[in-house]
Amino acid sequence: MPKPFNKLTAIAAPIMRSNIDTDVVIRIERLVGNSVRGTLGKWAFGSLRYLPDGSENPEFILNREPYRQAEILVTGPNFGCGSSREGAVWSLQELGIRAIIGSGFGDIFFANCFQNGILPIVVDKDIVDGLAAEVEHTQGAGRIGIDLEAQTITSPSGKQVRFEIDPRRRAGLLEGLDEILMTLRRDDEIRAFQAADRAERPWIHFAGKQA
Amino acid sequence: MLLEKRGRTLLAKIWDQHVIAHISDDTDLLHVDRHLLHDLGGSRGLIDLKGRNLPVHNPELTFATPDHAISTAHGRVGTIKIGQELLAALRVETTASGIQMFDIDEPGQGIVHVIGPELGLSLPGCLIVCGDSHTCTHGGLGALAFGIGSSELTHVLATQALIQRRPKTMCVKFEGKLSSGVTAKDLILALIGHVGAAGGTGYAVEYAGSAIRDMPIEGRLTICNLSIELGAKMGLIAPDEKTYDYIRGRRYAPRGEMWRQAVEAWRQLPSEADAVFDREVVIDVEAITPQVTWGTSPEHVVGVDGRIPDPQAIADPARRAAIETALDYMGLKPGAPIAGTPIDWVFIGSCTNSRLSDLRAAAEIARGRKVAPGVRAWVVPGSETVKREAVAEGLDKLFIDAGFEWREPGCSMCLAANGETVAPGQRSVSTSNRNFIGRQGPRARTHLASPAMAVAAAIAGAIADVRTMER
Ligand code: SF4
Repeated sequence: MPKPFNKLTAIAAPIMRSNIDTDVVIRIERLVGNSVRGTLGKWAFGSLRYLPDGSENPEFILNREPYRQAEILVTGPNFGCGSSREGAVWSLQELGIRAIIGSGFGDIFFANCFQNGILPIVVDKDIVDGLAAEVEHTQGAGRIGIDLEAQTITSPSGKQVRFEIDPRRRAGLLEGLDEILMTLRRDDEIRAFQAADRAERPWIHFAGKQA
Repeated sequence: MLLEKRGRTLLAKIWDQHVIAHISDDTDLLHVDRHLLHDLGGSRGLIDLKGRNLPVHNPELTFATPDHAISTAHGRVGTIKIGQELLAALRVETTASGIQMFDIDEPGQGIVHVIGPELGLSLPGCLIVCGDSHTCTHGGLGALAFGIGSSELTHVLATQALIQRRPKTMCVKFEGKLSSGVTAKDLILALIGHVGAAGGTGYAVEYAGSAIRDMPIEGRLTICNLSIELGAKMGLIAPDEKTYDYIRGRRYAPRGEMWRQAVEAWRQLPSEADAVFDREVVIDVEAITPQVTWGTSPEHVVGVDGRIPDPQAIADPARRAAIETALDYMGLKPGAPIAGTPIDWVFIGSCTNSRLSDLRAAAEIARGRKVAPGVRAWVVPGSETVKREAVAEGLDKLFIDAGFEWREPGCSMCLAANGETVAPGQRSVSTSNRNFIGRQGPRARTHLASPAMAVAAAIAGAIADVRTMER
């Protein structure tokens, strides 16, 4: 069940390369197994964060101060494209990331963020670029403010922009709702649908059986 | 006010049929007809559910198979310890929940997106989900199929339903006849090069046009498989007589009176002629040559007779930097021809290109030739059934005689989750769907291409134009 999200003012790290895929966010071998949760923060962006000999790559932004403390990522186009692995979101969460601002995200990654209490914000590319430029101008010291209730982002210099978000997803984050329990409250509707559908499309419900 | 009555799309028809409840303006609770589980995430979901004291809502609509983490060596020798544990857990948890599992060495086992269509589980008009982004593959049969994350997977196990926002619609028309050496894989790679890896984000893409109508079902599955590589979670193709011929008689397909009812319903599904899409793209197929990727995103693609891009010629600084980073990772010289680039590995397999027709196309080029010295080349059939059919035709022997290794079915080197990797710095031509950084192993360099192009590379020891090897 996700932790509620409301307001956040935090260090932000711009990672502006386009098409950063979920394989780059977390390598598959870190995700194989049923008890990987809690071990992943160290491996987020592993191929960028570490050199082949295993030491930290000093050039990578999250290895530099103050970006090590980042709780917000400002990202290039199509961040989180590729696989459905929710481990990508888990690894960012374990790294301490709570919000991601970009001009567009991979569809499945975007949905996975909400399931884990991470807020992905879509705004125009100029706004993203402007935020990244301001952060870099302050060498990372300038914080970005996010107010989910008011749907605003405040840049390090105090410029405020509004962002759009699906009201249902917003409510889910603000309250930290459990989607499974919410859906199970509609179980009568699910069962009624299935009863009617069994008559209409029996081939779906009786797979491999003779009518 | 009178609403203008527009023809409905394939997507809208399938979507509307699955709405259990409207959640908000554009978001619905949808019924899931088929839930497919695999070894990487299947047991985890079932264990999560148990932890919540909830039963599986509809085990009879849920099917499982191991594919990602098992070894593809003979006898499954060398399956990594965690892979063995995941396989054991999948067996235990599916048995406990009454879910059908297709186990190793049984007909039915294989890459989850190969077995769904093969078993007749994936049907037109069906809503299919799986905790894997290439679930879009099943759209080739006219299904609405898409990948979900772990939390959604548990939600589907618990409720047999999923909350989804209705996507925008895009229609891609492939018009014309394929030139020699050009396959479904080349068409979809060319499209991704054209619209970009984010070109389909937020859309469900319907593929249409004469080239799709002419295309056999297995090619349509290949096209839909790469939908996610253009950003689209869902890709689909209207069912037609070819679709029904493909499905008829399969193990889980409807029979008798139910079959007649089903086909009648499926005939109502195609988009109407006056249906309107949010975006339309037309691709002239005749201009497409065999494709090969040069970079670290499927959008980094050229015709095999083309050149590696030169970042100096790119004005936009962000794009220039992206190309420089990709070329650096791939170890390629800007501006050089892509053909002739020496390679170390060839991988023929994955849910993109591991069906019988893919293996036949590969065998056609391999027959009577030899893999170049120094190149390792694997053929990994997509399923136990594909393997048996290929063996019955003698394809295994043909590949082995040509110097390929013939393996057991699974995902293998597509994702390298089972430890089968391309060594750091080595270069592979692969029939899979992702050339991402480190996809086939840390610092491995992947070039995506069709099965025939992959064989051409294996024979030449370098990226090569298959058209020079056609018979
Ligand atoms: S073959 Fe590759 S892309 Fe397909 S399901 Fe397996 S790992 Fe994923």
